[in-house]
Amino acid sequence: MVVVDSLSKRFGRLEVLKGVSAAFEPGKVTAVVGPNASGKTTLMKSVLGLVIPDAGRVTIDGVDVRSDPSVRRQVGYMPQEPRFPDNLKVSELFALVQDLRGERPAGLGDLVELFELERHLEKPVRSLSGGTRQKASAVLTFLFAPRVLLLDEPSAGLDPVASSRLKDRVLAERAAGTTVLLTSHVMSELEELADEVLFLLEGTVRFRGTLDSVRTLTGERRLERAVARLMNGGVPAASAHGDPPPGSPPPPERVVAS
Amino acid sequence: MSTALKVMKYAFFDLLRSRWLIAYTAFFAVATSGLLYFGDEPVQAALSSLNLVLLIVPLVALMLGMNYFYYTRDFVQLILTQPVSRSSVFLGQFAGVALPLAGAFVVGTGVPYLVYGLSARVELGMVGTLLMTGALVSVVFTGLAFWFGIANEERAKALGLALGLWLALSIVYDGLILYFIALAQAYPIDRAVILASLLNPIDLSRILVLLRLDTAALMGYTGALFRTFLGSTGGQLLAIGALLVWVAAPALLGLRAFSRKNF
Repeated sequence: MVVVDSLSKRFGRLEVLKGVSAAFEPGKVTAVVGPNASGKTTLMKSVLGLVIPDAGRVTIDGVDVRSDPSVRRQVGYMPQEPRFPDNLKVSELFALVQDLRGERPAGLGDLVELFELERHLEKPVRSLSGGTRQKASAVLTFLFAPRVLLLDEPSAGLDPVASSRLKDRVLAERAAGTTVLLTSHVMSELEELADEVLFLLEGTVRFRGTLDSVRTLTGERRLERAVARLMNGGVPAASAHGDPPPGSPPPPERVVAS
Repeated sequence: MSTALKVMKYAFFDLLRSRWLIAYTAFFAVATSGLLYFGDEPVQAALSSLNLVLLIVPLVALMLGMNYFYYTRDFVQLILTQPVSRSSVFLGQFAGVALPLAGAFVVGTGVPYLVYGLSARVELGMVGTLLMTGALVSVVFTGLAFWFGIANEERAKALGLALGLWLALSIVYDGLILYFIALAQAYPIDRAVILASLLNPIDLSRILVLLRLDTAALMGYTGALFRTFLGSTGGQLLAIGALLVWVAAPALLGLRAFSRKNF
């Protein structure tokens, strides 16, 4: 169970998170949606301890992520733009992370095969295409049997084969009781994977509910339109879960292309 | 093996691979050998070595430390997503750069003295002080480089700060102190001047080595003051103590900044 408790974060003058609270249960995939710059990545990075919140805290199974780095043994993180040391080969990258953790999981070969990385193992990371880099990132994310998955635009740049294998893997992880947080601009992907939607707008949780409730609430049958409606301020503040800012209706927002 | 040691190991191999470290060692070996064999006596060579230490070591430590810090940002981002503490990542990286740099200086400068010492007399205490001072200065300025790097997102800004600091401490500072002494001639300013040299690690290193050399005329104003006020031993202890504070302070500031940084 991942619990986010009144998390606030500002970068300079920009308030990215304004008291976000949410709990994420095992065996459920929660899609974090919202317009660009609504705090999705910052939220994930806070769970990981990469971003240090100004107020509030994040616990995983009751342990504060900032007090005990070993909770990250449980966490697999797939960043939006994975960045690896340029001079390493892909195989060296995998060896480095295994060496650092002192773990040699048996599943490495299978994951390399799943994401068709065999041909790329001896290439330096800097020569990889964006998609291949993303695949390497996926291998590292799933390698250590995480109990919590943070997937930030996981399928961006992946080819359809890799993308569908990734989705199958996420569904398998969900069935095995992993807690999954997911952001994506591809609505069909959310439709396939997500149990719930957490809608962030300007750093606050504006809505939390099942996919069906989003459709009911907005009166839109298609998820993409429903979410676009949410982003345009189609939800009355009263129906929002969490703590909406009193009185201020959200201004029209950019609609994010899928 | 603990995380810090592993990170240190990666940093060390990175430095070896970049060949900078080898070039740096070779530079000192060639320069020191030249000074020893073409100079008149080892004391003069040591004085020239000292000038190298005071100019080159801080500059190289600042540049290499900072370069390494920015070069490994991706690596740091990657490993911080793993179950490692920030302090062990920082300490590992810092030690992984500072210790090889200090070692390169000690080997590059020490080996020529050792070889020379086989056939001629070399004062061990003096060489020892020179080596220790150079090693400490390497650590001080690597710490400053890391701290600047962590505190500034922009590489150019951090680089500018580092160069400015180097110029200020190694060149401008002396001039300012002289100017101050000339202005305040009529007043008892000795203690103020001693205090001022404690604030500059480069000045401290110079004093440390010169106190060993018994060449009062070469000590300059602050060196002579150290001798007069504290005696050779007292002066050395104070200077070493202050230099150790200089080793710890930037590292601790860097650690603090690193622990609070958003990645």
